Amino acid sequence: RYYEYMFGQPRRRKRGRRTPGARAEPELSQLQVVIQSRDPGCHSYPHLASSEAYHLTVTEPVAILKADEVWGALRGLETFSQLVHEDDYGSFLVNESEIDDFPRFAHRGILLDTSRHYLPLKSILTNLDAMAFNKFNVLHWHIVDDQSFPYQSISFPDLSDKGAYSYNHIYTPADVRLVIEYARLRGIRVIPEFDTPGHTQSWGRGQKDLLTPCYSGEQPTGSFGPVNPILNTTYDFMTKFFKEISSVFPDAYIHLGGDEVNFDCWKSNPEVKKFMKKQGFGIDYAKLESYYIQKILDIVSSYNKGYIVWQEVFDNKAQLKPDTVVQVWIGNNYAHELSSVTGAGFTAILAAPWYLDYISYGQDWKKYYSVEPLNFPGSEKQKKLLIGGEACLWGEFVDATNLTPRLWPRASAVGERLWSSRNVTNLQDAYERLTNHRCRML
Amino acid sequence: AENEQPWGTPCTQLLVFVATPGCNGFPSLDSKESYKLSVSEGSLLLSADAVWGALRGLETFSQLVGRDENGTYYINKTEIVDFPRFPHRGLLLDTSRHYLPLRAILETLDVMAYNKFNVFHWHIVDDPSFPYESWTFPELSKQGAFNAMTHVYTASDVQMVIEYARLRGIRVIAEFDTPGHTLSWGPGAPGLLTPCYLGKDPSGTYGPINPILNSTYQFVTSLFQEVSTVFPDFFLHLGGDEVDFTCWKSNPKIRAFMKEMGFGEDYKKLESFYIQRLLDIISSLGKGYIVWQEVFDNEVKVRPDTIIHVWKENSTPYMEEMANVTKAGYRALLSAPWYLNHISYGQDWMVAYKVEPLGFEGVPEQKDRVIGGEACMWGEYVDVTNLAPRLW
Repeated sequence: RYYEYMFGQPRRRKRGRRTPGARAEPELSQLQVVIQSRDPGCHSYPHLASSEAYHLTVTEPVAILKADEVWGALRGLETFSQLVHEDDYGSFLVNESEIDDFPRFAHRGILLDTSRHYLPLKSILTNLDAMAFNKFNVLHWHIVDDQSFPYQSISFPDLSDKGAYSYNHIYTPADVRLVIEYARLRGIRVIPEFDTPGHTQSWGRGQKDLLTPCYSGEQPTGSFGPVNPILNTTYDFMTKFFKEISSVFPDAYIHLGGDEVNFDCWKSNPEVKKFMKKQGFGIDYAKLESYYIQKILDIVSSYNKGYIVWQEVFDNKAQLKPDTVVQVWIGNNYAHELSSVTGAGFTAILAAPWYLDYISYGQDWKKYYSVEPLNFPGSEKQKKLLIGGEACLWGEFVDATNLTPRLWPRASAVGERLWSSRNVTNLQDAYERLTNHRCRML
Repeated sequence: AENEQPWGTPCTQLLVFVATPGCNGFPSLDSKESYKLSVSEGSLLLSADAVWGALRGLETFSQLVGRDENGTYYINKTEIVDFPRFPHRGLLLDTSRHYLPLRAILETLDVMAYNKFNVFHWHIVDDPSFPYESWTFPELSKQGAFNAMTHVYTASDVQMVIEYARLRGIRVIAEFDTPGHTLSWGPGAPGLLTPCYLGKDPSGTYGPINPILNSTYQFVTSLFQEVSTVFPDFFLHLGGDEVDFTCWKSNPKIRAFMKEMGFGEDYKKLESFYIQRLLDIISSLGKGYIVWQEVFDNEVKVRPDTIIHVWKENSTPYMEEMANVTKAGYRALLSAPWYLNHISYGQDWMVAYKVEPLGFEGVPEQKDRVIGGEACMWGEYVDVTNLAPRLW
């Protein structure tokens, strides 16, 4: 596919257009790709510790792209494709170069939300292409939420049957496999997020008794709140459900959500109140939330998956395993949060300054570019715990009609911030390269 | 075979009756867009005074047609009498800050028709580029377009836009904004723009159109002669906004002219001098004109049938400006609260929807002078990759 990116449709290209008597210019005839590790990784999935480093040497007659693993070769191929340019006469040129490159942060992600608005497969795949152009390596697939449940589960088909917007707004197992493979071929990990216990309204349509019934006094109101944390059936369901998720999604991590849990419904439910008393939680519903989360974390761990959670899970003092990854998203004083999270020994991912769904007039890419993720009080050891970040495009006002122009090229600013060195900060220089890059992506 | 037919006799024809068709003419500010739509058992009737009303009625009709779960198309019995509140309902596209390929413009015209817009305000040239291919002055686009081969509107492109619009009952009002916003005119028309000075010497940069030279008015006459023939609408938009006086002030010949004319230090008078001559030229070409509000604010003497386009939100609150413009006897167009290029998070359509164009203190005659408004999509951050989802 890179041949096409650089030279256009192969059919279009005329061969041998050299005018007779033309000055013999140095010609590059081959790009040799060498992967050094014994197991290049071509048949495996990328992971957090994958090597994405590469060395690119461009001289005549053969350019060499060397990498430890195939993932580095992919990154180098993208770079090489950016070096090739066309002159006014249609000749393709590349400057002699020597590049030694590797990413600053290992987790460089994009969050897509397919619950607020369904995103057709084409949209997701186009986005994966764009991610590859910007060396992003994680697709954080926020696949279900309150509004709709498009994930077709084999164990619980009612979830999407009753919870999706319509039969046409579903991701079948084949769709999911396609996304995962398309991503893999671009060195992109797919981390699904099944956000609980809040953000689960759509789950309740297809799974009776999963959500907490809310009460007004003695009477159920007919509406539902977060997942019901006091029933065994809840955990039976989650055990079976996450078993499926663990096998469907090959990445080592699953995102378990845990954000914005509204306690009102729990507080209104007499059974839940009884349980709180029994457990000695008093009126601290954060303890109930933690109780729930801990059980989910245990379930997921038993399937040998690592997990990522939103910051509330940490803030509300749930007992997290030491290898939990905490995603910092709340905008106020996120530097302070990063200090706390890493100070407590947890790995962190930064999303707070990069909510790209918050559009505004003008060149807002500059403010995303200017974020310095390590600008928080902390020791060297702490700073190492910040493994990267994510640009988030929440779907309240986004669907296939406007996703691409809304996300790109603004996300490119985040991509560079996460890959390039700390001292690559010149806005004017970035502007020039970004405008070129944008045209290239088109 | 269905046991039960929930629907009545299927209708197969929408009868369209137009009293005074005018199908071969162009829509105008006075065009009648009223229509009546009558849907009853076995009868679909759309009647209008003019074809423009029939177009609006057809759009409404298309919105009334529904489809049930079986795939049957149906329409409810209905009686509609409809006509627009304002006769000028426009959309501005800016093809200078970013070139817009023809298909983007035509697509926009389609969506305008779905929304009963009837004026396409084509802000075709400005500082950054001059994509309009002029046959009188081919150098303008040759030197001033982003790319003279790929980023221009040829005469046939322009005719295509005008006809495509006409078939949808949409007027095309071209804006050739002067004397400011004209940097791209300079390369193709040497001597047109004012050379700026640094002390006693030209600095090498240029400012607005040079209002003191006869050649300027010759040029303007010839250009607008062409523009008047190319664009059939009665109105032209002449711009007149954001004229930066710094360059004029720096130029010694201009300062000398100011003295000679007795304008003192008031460069607004020089701006008026230019605009008035421009308006006279346009009038002599048999066209009417729309100008941005500065022309009114700077007390330029304009004809009573001038239309003032209100765009500033804050320097004077726009409702106050609407009141002042209409009080002074001019017709007004409102755009200030409808700068759709100013994007923001969330359902900002509501803010645009809540605007009440006549929400100012004034007598009925004043209110009558508000002929409508325009949504503006300025092009600083807009091109074909993001125009449609940003505008609609």
